[in-house]
Amino acid sequence: MKKIISNLLTGLVYVFLFAPIVVLLVFSFNESKSLSVFSEPSLYWYKELLKDRNTLEALRNTLVLASSATVISTIIGTAAAWGIVRVKSKVYKATINTVTDIPLTNPDIITGISLMLMFVFVGSFFGARNSLNFWTMLIAHVTFCLPYVILQVLPKLRQMDKALPEAAMDLGCTPLRAFLKVELPEMLPGIITGAIMAFTLSLDDFVISYFTSGTGFQTLPIRIYSMTKKTVTPKMYALATIIFFITLALLLISNMIDAKSDEEEEHIKKKKLFGGKTHEKN
Amino acid sequence: MKKIKLLCLSVTMVCAFLLTGCGGKSNKKVLNVYNWGEYVSDGSDDSLDTIKAFEEWYAETYNEEVTVNYSTYPSNEDMYNKIASNAVSYDVIIPSDYMIERMIKEDMLEPLNFDNIPNYKYIDQSFRGLYYDKKDAYSIPYTYGIVGIIYDANVVDKKDVGDWDLMWNDKYAGSILQYNNSRDAFGTAMYKLGIDVNTKDKAEWDRAAEELISQRPMVKSYVMDEIFNMMESGEASIGSYYAGDYFIMKDAQAKNVDLQFYYPEKTNFFVDAMCIPKCTQDKELAEIFINYMLSKEAAIANAEFISYASPNKLVYEDKGYMEDMGEDVYKTLYPNIGDFSKKYNEFAYRNMDQELLDYLNSLWETVKIN
Amino acid sequence: MMKLFKGRNHASNTALAPYSIWAFLFIIVPMVFIAYFAFTDNNFQFTTENISRFFTTVSNIRNEDGSITEIHTYLVILRRSLKLAIISTVVCLFIGYPLAYRIARANKKSQKMMMTLIMIPMWMNFLIRTYAWMTILQDAGILNNIFTKLGMSSVRIIGTEGAVILGMVYDYLPYMVLPIYSIMVKMDHSLIEAAHDLGCSSLSVLKRIIFPLSLPGVLSGITMVLIPSISTFYISQKLGNGKIFLIGDAIEGQYVANNLHFAAAMAFVLMVILLVVMALVKYFTNRYVYGGEE
Repeated sequence: MKKIISNLLTGLVYVFLFAPIVVLLVFSFNESKSLSVFSEPSLYWYKELLKDRNTLEALRNTLVLASSATVISTIIGTAAAWGIVRVKSKVYKATINTVTDIPLTNPDIITGISLMLMFVFVGSFFGARNSLNFWTMLIAHVTFCLPYVILQVLPKLRQMDKALPEAAMDLGCTPLRAFLKVELPEMLPGIITGAIMAFTLSLDDFVISYFTSGTGFQTLPIRIYSMTKKTVTPKMYALATIIFFITLALLLISNMIDAKSDEEEEHIKKKKLFGGKTHEKN
Repeated sequence: MKKIKLLCLSVTMVCAFLLTGCGGKSNKKVLNVYNWGEYVSDGSDDSLDTIKAFEEWYAETYNEEVTVNYSTYPSNEDMYNKIASNAVSYDVIIPSDYMIERMIKEDMLEPLNFDNIPNYKYIDQSFRGLYYDKKDAYSIPYTYGIVGIIYDANVVDKKDVGDWDLMWNDKYAGSILQYNNSRDAFGTAMYKLGIDVNTKDKAEWDRAAEELISQRPMVKSYVMDEIFNMMESGEASIGSYYAGDYFIMKDAQAKNVDLQFYYPEKTNFFVDAMCIPKCTQDKELAEIFINYMLSKEAAIANAEFISYASPNKLVYEDKGYMEDMGEDVYKTLYPNIGDFSKKYNEFAYRNMDQELLDYLNSLWETVKIN
Repeated sequence: MMKLFKGRNHASNTALAPYSIWAFLFIIVPMVFIAYFAFTDNNFQFTTENISRFFTTVSNIRNEDGSITEIHTYLVILRRSLKLAIISTVVCLFIGYPLAYRIARANKKSQKMMMTLIMIPMWMNFLIRTYAWMTILQDAGILNNIFTKLGMSSVRIIGTEGAVILGMVYDYLPYMVLPIYSIMVKMDHSLIEAAHDLGCSSLSVLKRIIFPLSLPGVLSGITMVLIPSISTFYISQKLGNGKIFLIGDAIEGQYVANNLHFAAAMAFVLMVILLVVMALVKYFTNRYVYGGEE
């Protein structure tokens, strides 16, 4: 009985999370331009979407921005987490930890305005013409993604036995090899979660992009926001629907791969346990 | 499993860099256009994608490739902020009249070289020498329009219709929509009260604010683009918006909704015009673009897409355009009001100095928190 | 060994260097800029006017009976924003905590599925999702249609504070679930079982073991929901029918009016308040929950 109730409640939360998605899915097939009155089902807006160069360009820009920000923040953030655990100076450590908290306690509107003020001010100081552009948006996105990456990687490093890499090196591994073979695998789940979070946050962000965007690089959220005089068309719903199904498909595939490789791993473990040949060479 | 995940990650990385790599186009000519959202024909419904058509036309005519970078803004003020920050470089912008006046005053616009814009001759005479650009040196009208009131005839009594009072009518409390931007919202109150919308007298602005505060309990929602959905579905029954947009709503209205439209006697007239800001990097190319947008095919496609009135003779005198719009729409968009420029100069918004703008903004905040 | 140790230390400094530089340039310096703009006028002369304007501006509001009350404009706006943000954080906690617990207890496969399902909506931008909520919550919207079909009277949702809270809860719930889940999934279940074996009731297990252990996740969840809820302006515009004016709307309004210095002043005040509050929260949890240890 208890279990049924708990499942029911969990289900309700998921209904809540997906309710608006169902709505935009339905209205993306609307024949008319309305987002509140459904006239007839049609694929009209999907056809329109594929013809709309500017929206597709905005989508491409959004993806470019999100993946670049993810890559950069993951690399810098992972390195930083690795350094934070090892750094000797207590003051340095405390400072870095405090600074990492700042973007988390600053509302996005403040992060956006502050970065914009700085870019504009520095740009005009050097007499630059295009001081707001793709690169400023990228910097802004990396900045708000970094703490999330660090906070995901840090716990994994803290859990790890610090003697392990040293032991590896004592046994003749080069520091690089020790890092790659011992530490990196330990950190990897954290790195991946961090990267996924960074990508998601970057995709979902509107406010910071709104303040730091500049010439010739418009992302999807800004394009949607700028439709506030005319109207948001079902075309945007069609786009959201497509994104939804692509994400869902990727997810199912990755889950399938995971399940398969989990099985393989189990298999290898069993083999090891029961005296089969070891596959690891080192 | 980990290996696969690592693989996924590296694939993402490679993709990211490839994609960024594509971004760096070689020394092709680039034109940065900054316009309102949904304010240029984008090729929907087999219409002409004017931006793409320009690129093709340019390549054919000048034997050189050009890429148009098209970005959009939600309001005049947002556009102004970006340009005023000196941190962007756009070649063509399409602000409204009062913003053009401000930008000329602040020396933010380039004077146009009309040798490159021969199609300017198609712009109607009434659109010459308007207040914001008296010498016609900086701007070329793109669209114009008149603000009116949209109502649901199934809800609203015919005898209540006719003036701004409808938006203050107790009977319809809870189904009235008001603008969610200070200038237009104050405009409705000031036209109603018969106050000059450009008055410098703060007491008059206070009166308008009072009027808006008294309206607030009756207002269902302060809206911009939300008005489309709310009127279409019958969620709200009275709202003020730009003439052309009424037809978009009418097209999509629900079965039990019958949207109608009228112009109050005193109401806002606006002109949105193409300009070249000082930050342009290729003024000549920008002028060629503007000229192209005035050409028959492009101008008609844009006018039909936006569904606002066009000041371009090639458009409003064109038979095909008239047919496409239909008689009703055409008559509403181009009402016979006599001398346009006279009415326009009386009722259009003008630029206000920063101090008054600030005052207006705080009055607006008061209205919003009441 | 000593040499090696030094080498590692050197490496750690090198690894930390890019982030340190980045954090200085793009976290610290922009904050200085906010302060600089907050304390200067349009000609970049020092002034405290912007800050004092935030605290002293008054406006008259009309009560229902027609009488007029004078209020401090921005303080009232700030108070309302804080109220809504705190309510939505609490709601997020009450929904998010059991959900995270439920997910953490599921088997590995469903865990992954359930977590990704929570993240997926975020891949479609929140502007679009909030827009879709309008269609659901309107007076003649989908929800009220369902209510009427079920024979209930329709409810006024959109335009109320409740609708704004709903929007915030919807948008930020994943930020609550995520950190709590990642702590819970690591929790040592033998501990819980041991407690049960020793005769603890489920409730006291929750109170004495699970909750204290998950506290760090709860704290970061609260931060991640509270902070964006305070400053949102899109949700209040769309789901509040433009009638619920929050501090985010005020800041954005001043930015749009090109009042950069006053916008910066408001942002500065908000930033200081939040930094102080968060620092206090951190200090007290460190002190009373972890006994002074990190």
